Amino acid sequence: MSHHLAPAVETEAEIKEQLDTKSLGFWIYLMTDCVLFGALFATYIVLHTSTFGGATSHDLFNMPFVLLETMVLLVSTFVCGMAILAAHAGRKQLTLILLGATFLLGATFLGLELSEFSKLASEGHGWWASGFLSAFFTLVGTHGLHIAVGLLWIGVMSWQLYKRGFTPGVTRRLILFSLFWHFLDVVWIFIFTIVYLIGVA
Amino acid sequence: MTNQHHSTQPKTKVAHSGIWSYVIGFVLAVTLTLLAYVIVVNHLATGFTLLATLLGLAAVQLLVQLVFFLHLGRDKNSRWNVASFYFMLLVLVIFVGGSLWIMSNLNYNMMMSPEEMNKFMLDQSMRGF
Repeated sequence: MSHHLAPAVETEAEIKEQLDTKSLGFWIYLMTDCVLFGALFATYIVLHTSTFGGATSHDLFNMPFVLLETMVLLVSTFVCGMAILAAHAGRKQLTLILLGATFLLGATFLGLELSEFSKLASEGHGWWASGFLSAFFTLVGTHGLHIAVGLLWIGVMSWQLYKRGFTPGVTRRLILFSLFWHFLDVVWIFIFTIVYLIGVA
Repeated sequence: MTNQHHSTQPKTKVAHSGIWSYVIGFVLAVTLTLLAYVIVVNHLATGFTLLATLLGLAAVQLLVQLVFFLHLGRDKNSRWNVASFYFMLLVLVIFVGGSLWIMSNLNYNMMMSPEEMNKFMLDQSMRGF
């Protein structure tokens, strides 16, 4: 009887099945996000020569700075992977520390990106200046917005982990977050290559 | 019975191979990034060769990160993840490739390169259009 009434503790198989279903749903969201970024990339590639007589991509990009951004994000995605391994091992404190490191690296990346944006805008190369710059700010800014949402997500999740420990819900969100964070690094590979490397080559 | 067998075994295997998967992925990603960077900064290639090399390096790094970080296709239950990934690639090829094709065709039929079109638009706006 009690077996029927109590909202019984979920069995391992049930938890696994739930994770599979939810992670497929989240994965499909990531795939649609790829299509969104695809549209922005197509726009950028079409517009990148439309500089309206202003600065071109050759003039604007500071490559050592962009390489630094890229490395910070890459280390961040690696540390995030370490956090997931720590979570699998059930080590709460280590997971929290690694999530904190992921957050700091992500925040550093976002700070670097915003300082690049404000430098461009203050020199008169803002999104209003040409089709090229509109497309550039939209593409790179959308990626930055995703990073900002990810930072918020890490914050909320760390708080939940700290308060509740490794409940099935917290663990599941942790795994989905790691997918999101790795995905953002994959998008950045293409921004780094198509916008910056090919832009200055 | 067999189901239980399957679900317990891979778990420990993942934990063991986990850290190495990330380390290998990280080292490869850093190497590929630096390689592309060095090629561009030192002007080691130009034109089509450069474009093909850079896009090739990006594609390899995409595979590296998909396999070592996102673990795509490692789990036997992830068939739908892989299928939706391929479908996304198809959509991207059709509509990114298609957009670029249409736009270059448009430029061709206007008898202008994008640079000439840019200059034309600028001249027009100088005249107060």
